[in-house]
Amino acid sequence: MQQKKLKRLDLIFKDENDVADILQKTYSRPIEKVINDLIASGLTGRGGAGFPTGLKWKLTAEAESDEKFVICNADEGEPGTFKDREILTRVPYKVLTGMAVCGKFIGAKQGFIYLRGEYKFLIPQLTVEIEKFHKILDEMGCSFRVEIFKGSGAYICGEESALFESMEGKRGEPRNKPPFPTTYGYKGKPTVINNVETLAHTYSIFKYGPDKFRDLGVQNSPGSKVFSVSGDTPIPGIYELEFGMSLHKFVDDFGDGDSKAVQVGGAAGFCVPRKKFDKITIGYKGKLSGNSLPTGGSMMIFNSSRSMYNVLHNYLDFFVEESCGQCTPCRVGTQQLLLGIEAVKKGEKPSSYLDKLLKLAETMRLTAKCGLGQSVANSFESIVENFREEMIY
Amino acid sequence: MSEMINLTIDNVPVSVEKGTTILEAAKKVNVKIPTLCYHQDLCVAGNCRVCVVEQTGSDRLLPSCAMPVSEGMDIQTNSLQVRTARKHVIELLVSEHRADCTRCYKNGKCELQELASEYIIDEEGFIDLLPYKNYTIDHYSPSIIKDDSKCIRCQRCVRTCAELQKIGALTVAYKGKDMKISTFFEKPMFEVVCTNCGQCVNRCPTGALTEKTYIDRVWDVLNDPEIHVVVQTAPAVRVALGEDFGMEPGEIVTGKLAAALRRLGFDSVLDTDFSADLTIIEEGHELLSRLKGALKDKNPNVKLPLTTSCSPGWVKFIEHAFPEYLGNVSTAKSPQQMFGALAKTFYAKKIDVDPSKMVCVSIMPCTAKKYEADRPEMRSSGYKDVDFVLTTRELALMIRQAGIDFSSLPDDDYDSIMGESSGAGVIFGATGGVMEAALRTAYEIVTGREVPFRNLDITPVRGMEGVREAVIKIEGTLPEWNFLEGVELKCCVAHGLSNAKKVMDAVKAGKVNYHFIEIMACPGGCLGGGGQPIPTNEEIRKKRAAAIYREDKNKPIRKSHENPEIIQLYKEFLHEPLSEISHKLLHTHYRRRNRY
Repeated sequence: MQQKKLKRLDLIFKDENDVADILQKTYSRPIEKVINDLIASGLTGRGGAGFPTGLKWKLTAEAESDEKFVICNADEGEPGTFKDREILTRVPYKVLTGMAVCGKFIGAKQGFIYLRGEYKFLIPQLTVEIEKFHKILDEMGCSFRVEIFKGSGAYICGEESALFESMEGKRGEPRNKPPFPTTYGYKGKPTVINNVETLAHTYSIFKYGPDKFRDLGVQNSPGSKVFSVSGDTPIPGIYELEFGMSLHKFVDDFGDGDSKAVQVGGAAGFCVPRKKFDKITIGYKGKLSGNSLPTGGSMMIFNSSRSMYNVLHNYLDFFVEESCGQCTPCRVGTQQLLLGIEAVKKGEKPSSYLDKLLKLAETMRLTAKCGLGQSVANSFESIVENFREEMIY
Repeated sequence: MSEMINLTIDNVPVSVEKGTTILEAAKKVNVKIPTLCYHQDLCVAGNCRVCVVEQTGSDRLLPSCAMPVSEGMDIQTNSLQVRTARKHVIELLVSEHRADCTRCYKNGKCELQELASEYIIDEEGFIDLLPYKNYTIDHYSPSIIKDDSKCIRCQRCVRTCAELQKIGALTVAYKGKDMKISTFFEKPMFEVVCTNCGQCVNRCPTGALTEKTYIDRVWDVLNDPEIHVVVQTAPAVRVALGEDFGMEPGEIVTGKLAAALRRLGFDSVLDTDFSADLTIIEEGHELLSRLKGALKDKNPNVKLPLTTSCSPGWVKFIEHAFPEYLGNVSTAKSPQQMFGALAKTFYAKKIDVDPSKMVCVSIMPCTAKKYEADRPEMRSSGYKDVDFVLTTRELALMIRQAGIDFSSLPDDDYDSIMGESSGAGVIFGATGGVMEAALRTAYEIVTGREVPFRNLDITPVRGMEGVREAVIKIEGTLPEWNFLEGVELKCCVAHGLSNAKKVMDAVKAGKVNYHFIEIMACPGGCLGGGGQPIPTNEEIRKKRAAAIYREDKNKPIRKSHENPEIIQLYKEFLHEPLSEISHKLLHTHYRRRNRY
């Protein structure tokens, strides 16, 4: 944290052509040791929700069933996120290796990559990679297989249970939880579903051991994270950085000198205004990280030329379209928030109507069926509270 | 014994079986949690979020309908947080709903309206979303009106159609703000596989799905002195109508029903139970003639199993889903349509009324009957055999409009002829009833003896099991029927179209070898029909069924062929079962329909 610039890492994208070695190594060890390494590494889900990966695998391994599945969630749909695409382009074998190890551990013979519909251009090269990978597995006498399942473009299908529904040929709508995927996932069978990046990280952990991983980041959020940096930045792109960095440093590195706010975690994330940059660190909640904000990797920087009303309007427009429409708070709530800020802006509603909308957003957080509806409140509250005058005038 | 879970709800300790939901547990301690998308007959959706409750220590509210209890839970159902959230949810629903309550058919019977009044949704609500939508009303179906502007997307209808009926005519389309309940290619309901069963109507919490009402048309003819209005009442109406006047489910109101109809001004108050008896005679003989064709004459063209045809929802279902089996459906019309065809021929002549000046109204537990009456095949009297079909609910509304104090009405009788019925006609209203009635008659025709069950109660075909099978061994046949000696008549009864599908799939796969199948489109049979009082659930249906069998038991005549009016009808008019005139008036044919 003391260095001038944030340390750029090259763990995920480092080309390491030793899939067979890694598989051999993990397969030859007692599988409990492998999982203990994963738990010890402290790796958490890189899709944004941050569930401990080792625990997820363990719970699924413990679930009794004749059939289990490993699914790689590559339905990268969060506005401002584009890192999974890069991982699947440059180091797909790491993801596949993570899936195969997981399959071995939990007892799954079949893996799927749920690929965002818009990423269909990746299919030819990914298919070649999968075939290569299958050959390696064959040589090791392992029957695990990976298939690509192409999504159809709905944001909500990135939500794990909606993703299962979609794979089952049904409407992509989140399920009631419990039961959770660890016991009731794809086709009602115990399923591990991990983000692309999470699986890629497992490769590094299997290769270098959990301690190396823990050396990075901070106690509650160990390891590195691939960030998609966009917006008002001279250097947009994909960067692997340590968890636990302060937003202040991040903006120093990536901002254009006029940064007014950073949206951490995409449309479903939080907006941090300039005055709070030095109070925020990036990582999952925990006592060491202070005011921490999680992110699936999306970091959008806005400079002073941007209207935060427009930013929020844009997000709400997105949610109004991308809600599955199933539960009331999300389906109707998103429409009310959007029309509500429009009405305040036009002067059709008093500025105090924003307070009613803030309460509504809180209800959405409390009552919506899935993460989508619950997280609309994140951007809404953080933008309206920090940029209230921009909403009105 | 299964594992018990201890928790507290509103500080009251409760112990329930593992797997129980918070909602069910709350009921045990008499805590009422409001619900909208929840329905006892359907799988849990958990999408309206009205039933959310607070769990101490949880950072989200929990949907009590979908959340199983866990040990040590501390649930608050009426905390400030819950109240605020619940009110928000109701306000949101009201904001997307055309809250034009005074002009709504469901005014006073709408679950959203009830919640809105409990939670005082006032002018300070959210922005009305209606001006941003472009809704149209689908009023093309003769049975069901679908008004999307009143839909709150609870998906009860979708679940009803998909799981209870396995039809899938109604489904969710689009997402986000455009999400709505629609049909295949958004076609109107009458162009898709909808069977008009009305189970969705019965479960819709608002006015989004309602029966097409013909009340005003009926008032018009009742007030026209030139017109003789004949009314018929289906068996299941008399065990449910009372519910709409605050009576307990299962109260028999046959006498009050007749009295009310007379007060409303119907000129002839007659009974579909009569034509149910007639259906038994015709269909029973059809069964026997098919058995003869198949077993004695070995005619390969004779189609068995024979299935019943009284349920128009079932008929339309088989036309869509199993058209290759249309030859197996009894050609006998339903009791409603037999009645209509006779009313404007036999009865009109009998009472000396010009059939062109006669209007036939029927009171049915059913919405599909409206469609059935509209079928082009149903004009064998030379007129539309049944002019208007009202549901049990519509009749209740008419009685209320007329200011009749229903519960204090003195009992009255049906007019004659076509008003008398046997217990066999009555049980048409319950699943298994047609089968039982047919067996009572057919067995006796074949053997000259009563069906060998105590008190004529053929209990194996009764009950609420979705699919029931029974085998009746025929013994001691009369000479004419000796080819049936020792034959085990294999019968199957199914109710609800999901069960109908199961049975037909089994028939198609050759897994079963039935002679006779009774199928009713609605759960519980007609007593659980789409036109019956709301709400419905298994408990209510069981009470109505018990009432039906009570009514049967109390009837002096229990067998269709002993109904003196039926005997008279054959003597004076039809001559014999399956006669030429029977075929002209009482039998029909079916048509193949598309699969969507």
